[in-house]
Amino acid sequence: MNCDRVQLLLNGYIDGELDLVNSLEIEAHLQGCTSCSRRYQELVALHTATNDVALFYSAPAGLEKRIRSSARKANPVPRAPQASQAARAWAMLSWRWFTPVVGLAGIVLIVVALFGRSWFAPSQETALAQEVQSAHVRSLMANHLTDVTSSDQHTVKPWFDGKLDFSPPVVDLAAQGFPLIGGRLDYLDGHPVAALVYQRNKHEINVFIWPSAGRSSGLFASTYHGYNLFQWDQSGMTYWAVSDLNPDELRSFVDLVRKSIG
Amino acid sequence: MSQEQNKLSSFEESLLPHLNAAYNLARWIMGNDQDAEDMVQEAYLRAYKYFTGYQGGNSRSWLLTIVRNTCYTWLRQNQPQVLSVDLNDEMYTSESDMLNPETLFQHSLNHQLVRSALAKLTVEFRELIILRELEGMSYKEIALITDIPIGTVMSRLARGRQRLKECLAQLIHEEGSHEL
Repeated sequence: MNCDRVQLLLNGYIDGELDLVNSLEIEAHLQGCTSCSRRYQELVALHTATNDVALFYSAPAGLEKRIRSSARKANPVPRAPQASQAARAWAMLSWRWFTPVVGLAGIVLIVVALFGRSWFAPSQETALAQEVQSAHVRSLMANHLTDVTSSDQHTVKPWFDGKLDFSPPVVDLAAQGFPLIGGRLDYLDGHPVAALVYQRNKHEINVFIWPSAGRSSGLFASTYHGYNLFQWDQSGMTYWAVSDLNPDELRSFVDLVRKSIG
Repeated sequence: MSQEQNKLSSFEESLLPHLNAAYNLARWIMGNDQDAEDMVQEAYLRAYKYFTGYQGGNSRSWLLTIVRNTCYTWLRQNQPQVLSVDLNDEMYTSESDMLNPETLFQHSLNHQLVRSALAKLTVEFRELIILRELEGMSYKEIALITDIPIGTVMSRLARGRQRLKECLAQLIHEEGSHEL
């Protein structure tokens, strides 16, 4: 073994990561080589300096208690995408006043009742839809559509292992005209998510997936800045599909995904 | 016991024993107590959220991965300059040649000096040394937590130690000239 190779492997040797054959060769080399032996001594000194409990920072008192209590408070809150109670009350009120005399006012009230929530304060869902739409646009703009490029679901799915603490379902829809292009890590709603990329003619579809606390839910459609979005919960995961594809085709894609996941 | 209570007690049982390891890693990544504490608390909340998806296995590695990701996410959003360092940049070698292993050994028990030298390293180097030396983790475990290939763990650790030696040499040099 020459000096270059020894110095390359010396850290692995110190850390006990080498196999027996390499370790023995290094030992033999160190016996007769002063420059490598000096390097070795340095590494031992650095190991002594850093492998020292005095450098360890222990958790402050009270942190454990705070974690226990915040975990207790963190019970999953079911999602509530329906109109709020206030909006429903408004709707009833407006019907009562819906006479020819106050017809116009009635219509205004109905419109407020139906859309007021999203006008006055963007709901959590709307904010998330915006976030999803920007993530989609970003993936197309930054030339960073996929981290793993493959049309094979058995390549894309294992790629996420070790990168996420959940395993997203990856379905193959090439036969139905929605070939898989690949997968990517993205960041939405405050945590890392899986992004699967499908294609329909020239249109890319991003499917974002992350674990959800809610039960399986129906489908929610929305449009944001000209992009169509579908959201649903299924088998413990939240799904967002987003594309500039027309709503009908995107809807049939979403139905295929939901059916394939089962 | 309800399902939620089961989850809670199993979460506490498997992850709270690693609180010190979690805090130590966060403290070395973030560089101060308050941020470290915030990150650890946030990481445990995330761990709790994903706990049903946790398949067993090494709970310490699993938790430390979440702690690290939480820290990095925060840094990326709030202090990107900390992470935007080029890991391949040239090493400065001026004083390092003047430091012989004996001098290094003499100073290796000076905790304050070693702490300061570690603090000078970039996060990517520092976390590897912490995981290896203070957590006693194997290259394989480190590779999983930091999401880099095993070969890179060894080469980056080698560069990190080289850099640490240079920082130590510089501090020893400064200390020496200060005393004179």
